[in-house]
Amino acid sequence: MDLKGRKITLHDMTLRDGMHPKRHKITIEQMKSISQGLDAAGVPLIEVTHGDGLGGASVNYGFPAASDEEYLGAVIPLMKHAKVSALLLPGIGTVDDLLMAKDIGVHCIRVATHCTEADVSEQHIKMARKQGMDTVGFLMMSHMNSPEGLVKQAKLMESYGANCIYITDSAGYMLPDDVRERLKPVRDALKPETELGFHGHHNLAMGIANSLAAVEAGANRIDCATTGLGAGAGNTPMEIFVAVCNRKGIETGVDLWKIQDVADDLVLPIMDFPVRAGRDAITIGYAGVYGSFLLFAKRAAEKYGLSSRDILVELGKRKMIGGQEDMIEDTALTMAKARDAKKAAVAS
Amino acid sequence: MGNKIKCAVIGPGNIGSDLLVKLQRSKVLEPVWMVGIVPDSEGLKRAHELGLKTTAEGVDAMLPHVKEDGIQIAFDATSAYAHEENSRKLTALGVLMIDLTPAAIGPYCVPPVNLAAHVGKHEMNVNMVTCGGQATVPLVAAVSRVQDVAYGEIVATVSSRSVGPGTRKNIDEFTRTTASAVEKVGGAKKGKAIVIINPADPPLIMRDTIHCLTVDTPKVAEIEASVQAMIKEVQKYVPGYKLVNGPVIDGNRVTIWMEVEGLGDFLPKYAGNLDIMTSAAARTAEMFAEEMLSGKFVPAPTAA
Repeated sequence: MDLKGRKITLHDMTLRDGMHPKRHKITIEQMKSISQGLDAAGVPLIEVTHGDGLGGASVNYGFPAASDEEYLGAVIPLMKHAKVSALLLPGIGTVDDLLMAKDIGVHCIRVATHCTEADVSEQHIKMARKQGMDTVGFLMMSHMNSPEGLVKQAKLMESYGANCIYITDSAGYMLPDDVRERLKPVRDALKPETELGFHGHHNLAMGIANSLAAVEAGANRIDCATTGLGAGAGNTPMEIFVAVCNRKGIETGVDLWKIQDVADDLVLPIMDFPVRAGRDAITIGYAGVYGSFLLFAKRAAEKYGLSSRDILVELGKRKMIGGQEDMIEDTALTMAKARDAKKAAVAS
Repeated sequence: MGNKIKCAVIGPGNIGSDLLVKLQRSKVLEPVWMVGIVPDSEGLKRAHELGLKTTAEGVDAMLPHVKEDGIQIAFDATSAYAHEENSRKLTALGVLMIDLTPAAIGPYCVPPVNLAAHVGKHEMNVNMVTCGGQATVPLVAAVSRVQDVAYGEIVATVSSRSVGPGTRKNIDEFTRTTASAVEKVGGAKKGKAIVIINPADPPLIMRDTIHCLTVDTPKVAEIEASVQAMIKEVQKYVPGYKLVNGPVIDGNRVTIWMEVEGLGDFLPKYAGNLDIMTSAAARTAEMFAEEMLSGKFVPAPTAA
């Protein structure tokens, strides 16, 4: 498809989704240097929060190196052009967190719900809109809903006041056809002035292909992360997607050389392990499981002598959704009990 | 019928409808009114068929009948926003409010932990926290009665079908009120609550995870015994309250995984979140009703 001259907004996830593979321990100094690099490279929008959004600091998801307020307060004053966004999951964060973010200078709030539960976002979307913020409705795990179902959920969020709706492939499960099938009807159903976005994961290495399919289907906001730093096998790698956009004539406003330098010089060195499609991340994409379960499943597998792949597949069977990290150790414990019972039966 | 206290249920949604089934089984409570605001509400229709007086005109339409119908206790199963007005109007007439919304105007009541503390207090408004609070606060308390808990965090997972529009519009009130009860009733110095709504079909049974960070090294045997004893207390009114895994001790972290299966009164058994809330509310009201019947508690109108 000819996409020459299409203007899109790239939204950087390195300092939010990238918190997952960093166990939410990115330091304030790293946040500052990476965000300044992104700003200088022309990235217009940068997300900064705990990986699970405002208020995510918890036993369940992990305690971060600093509070949301400290991270945002450190990054926002340094930005010359870029605006900063914050993620908020109703049920985890509240309107109080939203107002804190607004006061500290956050420009854009992204209110995220599971793809069938948009009506829990009414309080938050309405408040963000009332505050005059760029207000995004973010439908997670969108592979678990039909195109018609997503249309309904997207329209709910639009009716509360969201000026942009995201179809989010949290599990990195979708293939380009899945993306087109879902985004086109949503694009057609929304008001022309409501923006449409896509957030991809690279578990089946479809981040770039899916993002391109999303632009073809009418999306004008695309989430990327430098080096792909994000949950599972990471997000759509920004430095590659910018190169692809340049080839297609899609205008992003991001400098290809500078963003590559941010990736290689600033982000790659902070990785704790290679964020890539290893066996667990592929399983997440293949089984359609929430991306940030990866490290939790690895830890539980180690603790209880199980295979992380088996745990992830079991979580998929049990239809666990985003935020149910508490069920990972629970599932591992139940699997370990079943294994021990079997062993005992064989022994007797 | 002189030996029963007459009550009204406000809000004919999931919670109100489930509560009604439980009140009809009570030896000391008699539901006589169901109040709604939607004319073609299924819940109002059901209540009417069961012989209750009903109105779709809200609490105001019931107020003139409070005296003649002898209503002494009202359950509010509407929303945090609506509760304040409902409570003001009814307590002014001397009706004791059992609040099942997260409005939390009155003191929290989590029966196995602090029902006894409400005896003889003559409170006119008692709050039932949230379903997540009823399912988890007892276990936070089970740990904190053994040793100091610096931080208590709970994750309540409920099936999408069991969560009505009121709760969805009030999700922040749910997390705030639950977190606050983890502190005030559970005894944790700091509390946090997370709620997850899972749309799986067939629906998942309510699950609750309780994480406590203790100040000192966890006393494993004492915590285990305390948790088991508390589970038995809850099972007295919610038989489907079950330990799935734990307590797991990891450093200073104590984690307990529960499942709450309901009685299947109004919604099927997966909706244990309804049962634990309505059973707790009914149990609380019964305690007050017994006080009223024995003449120890004569509810008096509260100035608005």
